[in-house]
Amino acid sequence: MIKNTKKSQKKNILSLEDVSISYGTFEAVKNVFLNFKAGDITSLIGPSGCGKSTVLRALNRMNDLIPNCSLKGTVLFDGTNIYDKRVDPVEVRRRIGMVFQQPNPFPKSIYENIAFGARINGFTGDMDELVESSLRKAAVWSECKDKLNDSGYSLSGGQQQRLCIARTIAIEPEIILMDEPCSALDPISTLKIEETMHELKKNYTIIIVTHNMQQALRVSDMTAFFNAVEYEDGDGGKVGYLAEFDSTKKIFNSPKEKTTQEYISGKFG
Amino acid sequence: MNSLYYQKKLSRNVGDKFFTSLSVFCALIAILPLIFVVTYILIKGGAQITPELFTLEPNPPGDDLDAGGINPALIGTLVITTIASIIAIPVGVGGGIYLAEYSNGGPFSKFIRFGVNVLAGVPSIIAGVFIYALIVSTKILFGSMYSGFAGGMALSILMLPTVIKTTDEGLKLVPNELRYASLGIGASMYTTILKITLPTAFRSIATGVVLGIARAAGETAPLIFTALFSYYYIVGFEDLFYEMGSLAVLIYNFALEPYDAQNKLAWAASFILVISILTVNIFSRIFAAFTEKTKRV
Repeated sequence: MIKNTKKSQKKNILSLEDVSISYGTFEAVKNVFLNFKAGDITSLIGPSGCGKSTVLRALNRMNDLIPNCSLKGTVLFDGTNIYDKRVDPVEVRRRIGMVFQQPNPFPKSIYENIAFGARINGFTGDMDELVESSLRKAAVWSECKDKLNDSGYSLSGGQQQRLCIARTIAIEPEIILMDEPCSALDPISTLKIEETMHELKKNYTIIIVTHNMQQALRVSDMTAFFNAVEYEDGDGGKVGYLAEFDSTKKIFNSPKEKTTQEYISGKFG
Repeated sequence: MNSLYYQKKLSRNVGDKFFTSLSVFCALIAILPLIFVVTYILIKGGAQITPELFTLEPNPPGDDLDAGGINPALIGTLVITTIASIIAIPVGVGGGIYLAEYSNGGPFSKFIRFGVNVLAGVPSIIAGVFIYALIVSTKILFGSMYSGFAGGMALSILMLPTVIKTTDEGLKLVPNELRYASLGIGASMYTTILKITLPTAFRSIATGVVLGIARAAGETAPLIFTALFSYYYIVGFEDLFYEMGSLAVLIYNFALEPYDAQNKLAWAASFILVISILTVNIFSRIFAAFTEKTKRV
């Protein structure tokens, strides 16, 4: 078990305690202990199939939507285990928003894309103002302001992704989860989204899964490195585990684990 | 060395030509019945179209001078199909939503899918006999026997599988990312379905529903057992619970009459039925293309 060694005044906003996630009988990731600090950007990195996206989706119960997916252990958010039977996953997702790998705007106008989430969350204030401030925070206002009534699909891929971020901000979650938000985008759009993330850090806690180690280095305060090992019974299947969790600086400059060193220097993955 | 130029006499090229022509020939033969049927009806029926046709009641057969009009049958078809739609669309769309959105591929949903496929293959006369046994012969509907309402129920059984299937398939075409997006910002399942998934799939569902209606409107067999036929105007709500005429049954009845006037009326009714079904089909396609354009600006 790897402990968070960073001395910090920030409080834990989300904690994983001995979490194992399985798809049917296949165990995807096991025995994860992880503490996310409020106001940090934490990135989850690791080779394909190590379960980092699975862990991310577990944080706002998106895995509920995948048949046969089950979780053992506790995920504490705000002092509550979000996998408690009494917890309403809809309420969890309102407070922990998510941005996906593929830009997925609704087939509605740009304005409605933002307003939809706010409205279903019972927002009663000035909608025009909310739309503008959300688009501004996601750094896409200048591209959108003259065509708020156009379809969300009329934007470019990078703009669509920032629209999706704006949509998530509009419901004012406490945590924003991002599942490889830049993997479908070109470098310039990626840079813009990273700038957006730095802006958002002031108000939100961000957890991001990325395949791009430079990106992890550029944006995150903390980095969790996941790895996968073959099952002990050796039938070829792999199970993911948390190999190392530390400040991004330490992970990239002086990792404790040999596998971390090998992964960040590009020897595998 | 063979020449690189195309050689007509080569056996593979001769064979290729032969099979191409054969398939074109078969395709032409396949389309011929449609062309002949439609042109024949357009010519024979089109000649009988008069303004009175739409306003008069049909006269009883035997009066060889004037057959009258088909107003009751025309209105009857509209009424019966509307009743069928009112029953089949909510139930069918609801069932489709269950299959596509809520079911998890367990035995229950498999059973429903299988049942829907079987229902789609059930001959339409069986639907008529079923409603006859359930409603007509038992007089369960306020003591009425043959009625427009029973006819609508029989047609709704025929529409149901089409509506369920197109809803199910239309919803399955909606990318999962859209559902995740909606759920990911805290929408409940039912908000997601009502506000995101259904509107996105609306085009394909609407097309399927319209085609289902068009199919039901032309059915004869189920109506013979349920709505029967009537010569009289539909004037009020109570008429729903009495025998009701329809274009399809009018064609069936009058085409068999020995009198020329009634036969002409049957031709006219065929004309109107074919034209309206064609219109509905074409309209649904135009509608589909139109919504497609507005959706992806």
